[in-house]
Amino acid sequence: MGLFFAAVAVAACGGTYPQSALDPSSDFAGRLDGLFMQIFWWAVGVFVLVEGVLLYTVFRWREDPARGRPPEVHGHVLMEIGWTVIPALILVAIAIPTIRTIFLVDRPTADPDALVVEVTGRQWWWEFTYPELGITTANEMHIPLGRTVDLRLRSADVIHSFWVPRLGGKRDVVPGRENQLWFRPDSVGVFWGQCAEYCGTAHALMGLRVLVDAPADFEAWVTTNRSNAARPADSEARAGQGVFMANACVSCHEIRGTGARGQLGPDLTHVGSRLTIGAGLLDNNLENLIRWIDSTQVVKPGTLMPEVDLTESQIQQLAAYLLGLR
Amino acid sequence: MATSEADVGGRAAGEHKQGLYSGGLWSWLTTVDHKRIGVLYFVTGLVFMLVAGLEAQAIRLQLARPEQRLLDPEFYNQLFTMHGTTMVFFAGMPLIIAFFNFIVPLQIGARDVAFPRLNAFSYWLLLFSGLFLYSSFFFGGAPDGGWFAYTPLTNRQYSPGMGMDFYVLALLLSGIGSIAGGVNFLVTIVNMRAPGMKFMRLPLFTWMALLVSILILLSFPPFTIGLVFMFFDRSFGTHFYDAAAGADPVLWQHLFWVFGHPEVYILVLPAFGVVSDVIPTFSRKPLFGYPVVVFSGILIAFLGFGVWVHHMFAVGLGPIVNAVFGGATMLVAIPTGIKIFNWIATMWGGQLRFKPAMLFAIGLLGIFTIGGLSGVMHASPPADLQQTDTYFVVAHFHYVLIGGTVFGLFAGFYYWFPKATGKMLNEGLGKAHFWLTLIAMNLTFFPIHFSGLLGQPRRTFTYAEGLGLDTFNLISTIGAFLFTLAFVPLIWNLWYAWRRGRPAGPNPWDAPTIEWTTSSPPPHYNFAVIPRVDRRDPLWHPHIKPGLGWAGEAEPGGVFPRVQPDDAPEPIVMPNPSYWPLVMALGLSLATIGGLGSLPLVFTGVALALLGLFGWAFEPAEGGH
Amino acid sequence: MGPTSTGIGNRKLGMWTFIGSECMLFGTLIATFLIYRGRNVVGPYPRELLNIPFITVTTFVLLMSSLMMVLALAAVQRDDMRGAKIWLFMTGFLGLIFLGGQVFEFNHFVHEGLPLSRNLFSSTFFVLTGTHGAHVAGGALWMGTMFTHAAQGKLDSNHSETVEIAGLYWHFVDVVWIVLFTLIYLLE
Repeated sequence: MGLFFAAVAVAACGGTYPQSALDPSSDFAGRLDGLFMQIFWWAVGVFVLVEGVLLYTVFRWREDPARGRPPEVHGHVLMEIGWTVIPALILVAIAIPTIRTIFLVDRPTADPDALVVEVTGRQWWWEFTYPELGITTANEMHIPLGRTVDLRLRSADVIHSFWVPRLGGKRDVVPGRENQLWFRPDSVGVFWGQCAEYCGTAHALMGLRVLVDAPADFEAWVTTNRSNAARPADSEARAGQGVFMANACVSCHEIRGTGARGQLGPDLTHVGSRLTIGAGLLDNNLENLIRWIDSTQVVKPGTLMPEVDLTESQIQQLAAYLLGLR
Repeated sequence: MATSEADVGGRAAGEHKQGLYSGGLWSWLTTVDHKRIGVLYFVTGLVFMLVAGLEAQAIRLQLARPEQRLLDPEFYNQLFTMHGTTMVFFAGMPLIIAFFNFIVPLQIGARDVAFPRLNAFSYWLLLFSGLFLYSSFFFGGAPDGGWFAYTPLTNRQYSPGMGMDFYVLALLLSGIGSIAGGVNFLVTIVNMRAPGMKFMRLPLFTWMALLVSILILLSFPPFTIGLVFMFFDRSFGTHFYDAAAGADPVLWQHLFWVFGHPEVYILVLPAFGVVSDVIPTFSRKPLFGYPVVVFSGILIAFLGFGVWVHHMFAVGLGPIVNAVFGGATMLVAIPTGIKIFNWIATMWGGQLRFKPAMLFAIGLLGIFTIGGLSGVMHASPPADLQQTDTYFVVAHFHYVLIGGTVFGLFAGFYYWFPKATGKMLNEGLGKAHFWLTLIAMNLTFFPIHFSGLLGQPRRTFTYAEGLGLDTFNLISTIGAFLFTLAFVPLIWNLWYAWRRGRPAGPNPWDAPTIEWTTSSPPPHYNFAVIPRVDRRDPLWHPHIKPGLGWAGEAEPGGVFPRVQPDDAPEPIVMPNPSYWPLVMALGLSLATIGGLGSLPLVFTGVALALLGLFGWAFEPAEGGH
Repeated sequence: MGPTSTGIGNRKLGMWTFIGSECMLFGTLIATFLIYRGRNVVGPYPRELLNIPFITVTTFVLLMSSLMMVLALAAVQRDDMRGAKIWLFMTGFLGLIFLGGQVFEFNHFVHEGLPLSRNLFSSTFFVLTGTHGAHVAGGALWMGTMFTHAAQGKLDSNHSETVEIAGLYWHFVDVVWIVLFTLIYLLE
């Protein structure tokens, strides 16, 4: 067991755990981690004491005929008081920072300069809208370093839970209710998240990415994402645009600046610039885009995106077109 | 139906003159004997536990490597739903009721429970509802909403199949049986104690049975109503959980967890009761702090009704709600800890015998403590925002449920098996069972504390390669495989004892409570002479035993008679067997099946149930109580 | 029957225990009704439909049935079988009148555009009062059974406890109705 602790200590500090709650990178996540570590060390202390006494007892008082019948002890008031009061005090020591932290993080942010992002959980992807910036995107949220981010969390269907462990604790998205979560990131980076409330068939495949950008990079991202879709760069992509517009794609997806105005699925205006597709499922490249379109239900069983009836070359053209939408 | 006769020798007529386990199918179908019903519950619970264990094996196999597609998500989601639902309602509770049934009347000096036919009725409902639930696999798929079935995912729109209908109906049906059992055991314990058996002289196991009965009576109704609401929303278009109609989907969560949290105390308090009886016996010392252990149990039961929102810290109910329930959750840790300390103090200075029952009891102390500590970590709402809905929670509750409930029930099994069967189990196999289980359990569930904190959510059929969770999951899967193997010595032991177990006398463990004054197994009427007690641990007073005797004490008292005579001095009239509980249970089950969408079946079932009810009510009054 | 530890018979204690559990059952239904009050998105709304004068009459009928129950128990306890039959019959009969009133009201609501699936009010109202009605129906059936028993000469002062227990149940169901009447109709 000690080995496990050591392993975790090492692991928590490394970069190989992109969804680790033990590797905080925001004020919110840092507070939670700090509180957890306090409780953790109390727990370790109690563990060592109690298990130690238990093990000692088990060995020390093994059956031994030479000792004779044990004394008929029925209790000891002082001990009862002792082992009631001491745990109570330990719990008070845990309760105080707990309550303090609750009232720090579980209230709306007081920062007037916070960047508001509306998060809508849907089966099985995430929609992000920036009302002040006029941006709608999906599954990949960009936020600037140096500002507070104020998330407004909603659901379009069932209960999901928004969770990016390195940036903070989770919050459910519940239909009929708007929840709030805010934090201030510590550093730039790519942070992995995942839906954390069972929401149906593809719950396990409802991931997301949060990218914390340096302020200048964020501005660039905003400018790009505000604009309409890029024109297809070559004949392959142009053919792909034709396939998109002539098929069912337009009924679910929006590509601003074209005739595609569907609202049911992720906005694809700048899908080519994202790191992943399918809600954090696959790296975004040509091969995976083809795979996604060709065998959607195999890659993400249950997804509401239907299988399409297109030829191999049509799919290749589509993929080329989408990849070009940066 | 058989009429009651008492024959001259004083042995009661009507049921198993030959022995507890003899008799054909009809005698088992019509039994109203608490001991037989206990055996029925035990076998049923054990079978369901093995089935749920296989479901867990499949789950762990699928999770052994990242991004595996051994099982598709549709089937996987049914597996974890059925695993949880089965373990709680069709393995855990039946096994607990099995022990309540067999042991409680014997511990209080009664000849049966207060309402023997109601007892049988509860069992048949359990069996039929479990079979009904599992039939779902053959009728379009098992429920797949998780054992906790959150709305709106489980409403008709997002769960259009019949799976969730099976869930709702099966649990409504078994809930009736549970509530009936709560009434039965509460009345039994309050009203049928032998002369001198005051409350503060009750064995701890019976005390916990009393508290659990109260918990069942108060916690099942909200769940019943929650299920009714879900049934109506799904079948009749009502709007109890419909946000668009102005309702709150979170209402389901409240109703579920107002039940769900007391339910976990229903599952663990009996285990605490077993351990409180086992540890003193195998330490040759009375329980340290008996009144404190009793009152801490009462506190746990009471406080357990005030903590349910700790399952909902991420719902966003606000800082005040979270703070209050976080505080209440921390509070309930105190009486729990007190029990652990009292058990250790019982062993301190004792003469510890490490029979398998004692090994499992000590194991409970060790493992449950770990689960309790991770529970304290959850009690802090902000910290819980990282832990809830991750494998960290899965680790926590398996530590408390396996370390608590399962280890406690195993301890009870090894402890009371000789009493129930008249045979001794093989000690070597018992120890092998213990060590394999202990190692396997830790191997399976310790690593997932870490995978949870490193970002693995619950109820996910797979996880991404880049998350770094591979090793933890692989070790856990290996542990799960070992866990399945650990059942082999148990099953082997059962078979072995049945065939070749040494005969057990009335009190093979030199235990102090009055169930050990009867033969093993007890006669149909339990006690030829209703015992009289005048203190706690009556069989240890007076205790003059060669070798380890308490020096020179010969104070009178304890229990009379110290050993039950073979024959009853006066004729004892016991309740007759009856088929009406079975008929009524069958009727209700048919009506439940009709709830899937067949009104004729509902009416047929209700008619049959009414027939059963009237037959039951007009049956000649039973003998005895 | 042998002596019990408390002096109360098993069946009577069992009924009290069951009633305790039923308090949680109705408590949950009532709490849901209260929480969802005023949150209807569409009508018809309660104040348009609830007919307080009519339900006051049926409430009075149910209350009188409880009086009948008290009289029935007193009759059995003094071996007045003729009286017992009359009062047991009246208890069940008045209970059925009450139920008739409920059926009438339910029908009226449906005709006024409030079927079960209409809105939050329909959902909570029908399930809450329907559950209560089902309990009354079960009680009426029980009264019928006891009436039959009395008519067959199987009831006497030595078996008065079964009547007492039925009375406990009946009075409980009546008390629940008083709570429902107050919360649903009077405090609207």
